[in-house]
Amino acid sequence: MPEKFDVIVVGAGPAGTACALTCARAGLDVLLIERGEYPGSKNVMGGVLYRKQMEDLIPEFWKEAPLERPVIEQRFWVMDKESVASFGYKGLEWGVEPYNNFTVLRAKFDQWFAGKAVEAGALLINETVVTECLVENGKVIGVRTDRPNGEVLADVVVLADGVNSLLSKQLGFHKEFRPDEVALTVMEVINLSKDKINERFNLEDNQGCTIEIFGDSTKGNLGTAFLYTNKDSLNIGVGTTLSSMIKAKLKPYELLDYLKNHPMVKPLLAGGESAEYLAHLIPEGGYHSVPRVAGNGVVVVGDAAQLVNAIHREGSNMAMHSGLLAGESIIEAKNRGNFSESTLNIYRDKLHDSFIIKDLEKYKDAAHTFESYPQYFKEYLPMMNQAMSTFFTVDGTPKREKQKQIIKSVTAEKGRLRVLQDIYRAWKAVK
Amino acid sequence: MHIVVCVKQVPDTKIIKINPKTNTLDRRSAPAILNPYDAHAVQEAVKIREKTGGTISVLSMGPPQATAVIKKSIEIGADRGYLITDRAFAGADTLATSYALSKALERIGKELPVDIVICGKHAIDGDTGQVGPGIARRLDIPPITNVIEVVEVNQQEQTVLMKRKLANGYELIQTEIPCLMTVEKEINEIEYSPMPNMIKAARYEPIIWAVSDLENVDRTQLGLKGSPTIVGKMFTPPRPEGGKKLEGTTDEQVNQLMDILLENKDLFTLQSSN
Repeated sequence: MPEKFDVIVVGAGPAGTACALTCARAGLDVLLIERGEYPGSKNVMGGVLYRKQMEDLIPEFWKEAPLERPVIEQRFWVMDKESVASFGYKGLEWGVEPYNNFTVLRAKFDQWFAGKAVEAGALLINETVVTECLVENGKVIGVRTDRPNGEVLADVVVLADGVNSLLSKQLGFHKEFRPDEVALTVMEVINLSKDKINERFNLEDNQGCTIEIFGDSTKGNLGTAFLYTNKDSLNIGVGTTLSSMIKAKLKPYELLDYLKNHPMVKPLLAGGESAEYLAHLIPEGGYHSVPRVAGNGVVVVGDAAQLVNAIHREGSNMAMHSGLLAGESIIEAKNRGNFSESTLNIYRDKLHDSFIIKDLEKYKDAAHTFESYPQYFKEYLPMMNQAMSTFFTVDGTPKREKQKQIIKSVTAEKGRLRVLQDIYRAWKAVK
Repeated sequence: MHIVVCVKQVPDTKIIKINPKTNTLDRRSAPAILNPYDAHAVQEAVKIREKTGGTISVLSMGPPQATAVIKKSIEIGADRGYLITDRAFAGADTLATSYALSKALERIGKELPVDIVICGKHAIDGDTGQVGPGIARRLDIPPITNVIEVVEVNQQEQTVLMKRKLANGYELIQTEIPCLMTVEKEINEIEYSPMPNMIKAARYEPIIWAVSDLENVDRTQLGLKGSPTIVGKMFTPPRPEGGKKLEGTTDEQVNQLMDILLENKDLFTLQSSN
């Protein structure tokens, strides 16, 4: 007879661990199953951890968590072949408690975070793949793993099995992805001495910088690139939607190579040693791609529920918060002694009342708009660099004359009406 | 049947880095794992228990985090595990280690008499292979090293029949219980642990003993004090030099290789070995 738990959480990433931690703290019997050698061994993100949602789970976590650097500067680059238009914000208030966000290396961070769930009483099992949910009379009653005697039972199964959630697909919650619903991101961790990082990015030891790069970093395709500073390494990566990759016949590693050798980026990486190469799908379908998140005896959290805000590169925080909300809902279901879909829909409602679904709804048409109208990434971004170059080049032309030139160059081909339409459409997509 | 398996936590030497200045292992550069030979030792105990029934205990000496290898052993199928951990054990060489482990084995034996002790052939971080025989000597039981097969455990006769690996074959040895064996990797394949074992291991809290929990211990034989080994010099073996890289298409490379082999006929003449 298989053992029975209150809760089985599948996947020890930010969402699963947050849920396991929340339930274990309430005294529930939690089994957390991870397929990797240890939590974090298979997890990938650019590397920014947001303070708020983490703090909700572990107050003052920065005092003990394995973090890289607090981010005190966020830069945004619009890059063309031989130029960058840069803006950003640097503030020392982000470098002191309670901080704003941090760079992290997931292999270290996730391991530590899962350790917190274990301390709270959750049982963590690594190197174990959940192959399917056990369903009886329309209710999920447990999971089957790939191990001998691999069945385990539970009142609630939490699917935190990541972007390509095979388990929720099996349950019929998800359809197969369309290529425009996911981005493929490839990244490298490049070892570089602390001194060099501080010098090149104008930082002190305990200060970090993030750069989001648009434009030529994706060769004009819908997507972004990033460069983040760790203690003594850099995370550099680039991702575009699968659909644009297919359309442009781009290979992801070629894109990363192109980025690393871009004249605006190369000097920052010089002398660095490649330490890790990672690739991952990112759910970027947003609001329209969020599947059913609760069923009889089952809830879906984090990437598995496609909770990523691609515009603001937020994902891990949404994952954690969804895990927390799912945990709270499971505790409530336990109190009621009822794990039906209607009870577990408490979680769905909490999700809709939170910033997660509200933010996803705000941008629900953004990615679609930018994908359907490629002129934003292909034409307007390079135009911006051209405009800056024209405006700041001192050649004796009066500034007012330059403004006219710029506007003329933007509207020349398209006509003013088209440009106004484009601006209105973009504004509508993100308003 | 009570089988005790001695296990050690070691850095994964497949990926460990060597500090080029001191020539010592940079232990932080590699994750700590269950010594691979010891994993086979635990697996063999599980195989024996399938036939004889009984209990498998694992024993380790190390820092508190070495409980991880005890949990790993429970995953493979051990019933319970003991960790002896104490500052007094620190800095032990193979002599002091086998003394400390034998004292722990004495205490384990008082609770449930020990029939067979199994150790890995050696630990991958030290490669000495001395601790197993050192324990056997102190417990006054026969040590059988380099075991590649346990042929039979006869509980009625209280004997074990096993094969020992030799340079050019194997040796069949029968010995009386209690005995100690050290095992080679080829003795078995590590099985994929069943789910109930995984849950048991996740939940398991190893029994932890300090020096004061052991009886009749001569403290001068423990740790650094009890370790007469002196490391004279450490060096990284020089990388092999020379050699020739063959270039070109596969066919060209094969042809070049054939030419070289045919020119150096002495490569094929039998040389006396051993």
